[in-house]
Amino acid sequence: MGFRRKDLLGTRDLSAVEIRTLLESAESFKEIAERPLKKVPALRGKTVVNLFFEPSTRTRTSFEIAAKRLSADAVNMSASTSSVVKGESLVDTVDNLQAMAPDIIVVRHKFVGAAHLIAGRIGASVVNAGDGANEHPTQALLDLLTISEHKKLEPGLIVAIIGDIAHSRVARSNIWALTTLGVTVRVCAPPTMLPRGLEEIAGVKVCSRPEEALEGADVAMMLRIQLERQDRLLFPSVRDYARIFGLNRQRLEIAHPDAIVMHPGPMNRGVEITSEVADGKRAVILNQVSNGVALRMAVLFLLGGQGS
Amino acid sequence: MSKNNPSLLLKNGRLIDAGQNLDGKFDIFIVDGKVNEVATGLDVVADQVIDLGGLWVLPGAIDLHVHLREPGYEYKETILSGAQAAVAGGFTSIACMANTNPVNDNAAVTRFILEQARTAPAKVLPIAAISQGMQGEALVEMGDLVEAGAVAFSDDGKTVPNSKLLRHALEYASLFKKPLLCHCQDNALFADGVIHEGVISASHGLAGIPSLAEEIDIARTIMLAEYLRVPVHICHLSSRGGVELVRAAKARGVRVTAEATPHHLFLDERAVADLEYREPLDETAKPSMLCYNTNTKMSPPLRSAEDVAALRQALSEGLIDVIATDHAPHEATEKAVEYDLAPFGVVGLETALALALRLVEEGDLTPLQMVARMSLRPAAILGLNSCGSLAPDMAADLMIVDPEREWVVDPQKFHSKARNTPFAGWRLKGRVVKTFVDGRVVFSI
Repeated sequence: MGFRRKDLLGTRDLSAVEIRTLLESAESFKEIAERPLKKVPALRGKTVVNLFFEPSTRTRTSFEIAAKRLSADAVNMSASTSSVVKGESLVDTVDNLQAMAPDIIVVRHKFVGAAHLIAGRIGASVVNAGDGANEHPTQALLDLLTISEHKKLEPGLIVAIIGDIAHSRVARSNIWALTTLGVTVRVCAPPTMLPRGLEEIAGVKVCSRPEEALEGADVAMMLRIQLERQDRLLFPSVRDYARIFGLNRQRLEIAHPDAIVMHPGPMNRGVEITSEVADGKRAVILNQVSNGVALRMAVLFLLGGQGS
Repeated sequence: MSKNNPSLLLKNGRLIDAGQNLDGKFDIFIVDGKVNEVATGLDVVADQVIDLGGLWVLPGAIDLHVHLREPGYEYKETILSGAQAAVAGGFTSIACMANTNPVNDNAAVTRFILEQARTAPAKVLPIAAISQGMQGEALVEMGDLVEAGAVAFSDDGKTVPNSKLLRHALEYASLFKKPLLCHCQDNALFADGVIHEGVISASHGLAGIPSLAEEIDIARTIMLAEYLRVPVHICHLSSRGGVELVRAAKARGVRVTAEATPHHLFLDERAVADLEYREPLDETAKPSMLCYNTNTKMSPPLRSAEDVAALRQALSEGLIDVIATDHAPHEATEKAVEYDLAPFGVVGLETALALALRLVEEGDLTPLQMVARMSLRPAAILGLNSCGSLAPDMAADLMIVDPEREWVVDPQKFHSKARNTPFAGWRLKGRVVKTFVDGRVVFSI
């Protein structure tokens, strides 16, 4: 068994064997989506709580579908409907949840380390569905699953990650997982959105221009610019960003002829990616979404199926 | 009350006193709460004689940077509980910052603090705010505050962003020969940061506080003091750049002094998140408590290992004058939250001496230098002329230390109301066994 953990909190400390085990398991769950009856009894009687302190539609839905296809009882709890709005602390919320004996808690939170805080306090398995700018392990793993459908995940492969690296948990989780497998990672961001010293810290190649990052790349992974919390000190305007960093047809031609285009969503069309590219034949963005369900089924299965 | 004190002879101790430049076997004769005579083989008649059998006798430590939380936040700490923590750690005088509620920006609050301190075991020295309400807009009535008992002025964590106000505060305080204690921080660069901008902020996505945020303001503060030819004290240096600014200023003859805290001398940014970073810990510490441990969150933040080395070097050279704790008590539930939401600050009074002794053991300080950094220099900076040394006529404020006694830091055993230490589980060597203030025992193990 290549994956024996209570929790999945990040990709930073996952071994190559663990990553490959998760991907192989996800591979076997893909087929269930094609059945007329999309359900297996693997987690029957198990309770999965989706605890979302940040708004999210696709990740939460993806986890919910994954849990239900495994026959688990899935419960959604979002910050707006919980006692968080009444001022309850995270610790109290978690203690209350624990008293209801869930088996797996999927947590999304705006602050770094929230999932770790919960995992250290609770007997249930915890899946980090995004903690601040730290980690979003299932997103990275589903990205790897998607890449593996087109490319070999091994040394020699080049992945370019372009966008707001500093504030991106998707970027971090992908960097850790990809570099663990020996894949070459190039990152590119406006200098204001790039952590100091990232090259040495993360073992990635930092490129100042997208053209440099994309040259000969096998994968172009575009990140979402968070317009909703736009800090006017970070970049001058969306227009400026789109001109310099956006992925359009001309820029994509710099990449490897078979390069695939990825985006974790939701997209800002015309900003980090043009519609022409996003809807083009190189884009695998909707495959990412489909793979998300299979990957999350694998994660829930490997975490929740252990005790039984 | 000290008048009625019985006379006391401390025999066969190792006296380490930077003020007299003494380190050796001396007897100390104490009369009426004051040191009467220091000599070898003293032959005097005393009401009480204590044979120390080689234990160390040090002047009581003086902490010029603590937060006692009273008035206003008594659930975190009171003047009494803070003073009890102080004497348990060998501190006989503690200067308390003004960020209480109400702020100590007027004589009534200063008098309240001193009134509360009358029954406290340590000497409590109120530091008044620089600006009214710590709002950075108008000066406090410094004359009135000094008359009421304020020993220094500081807006501490609030900083004084307005350079004109800081200039006038430095000028006006010099009239009373009272120091300004400056927490240096550029608030715009500090922004919403929670840890040092470095390896961990980059890899873990926590918002970073660049060393630059501190260094730019140290430069400004030093330039003002230099221009005005007045003294200034820089609180809790945390970075190599800050050390270099102080080094250059001292070389130019600027009257600048500086402090460093034990946590900045022993911990670096890795303590925030790295599970591997637990070498000095006792095996009973729980690993789950170590990841994103909010007891590593303070301002300024724990910086890089390189910065720690620079601080130690500067402390050793005397560029850093003082070890101060920045004792900042918080209630347990306030710290049991997401890292971003936790308040800044850690307690330090009950671990500082053992950590300073570790600096001695590791060769960064001689015992005399340690005493200078913890007693003599802080007394000089605050202008206290009756303590900081055990020379004749000085107050008999002292601690007896067993340098060989090993112990494990257990926050549940603290005298402070607060438990927020980053050193929980550390195995330390050297412990205060008795503390005297004005010749009276105020702490005994």
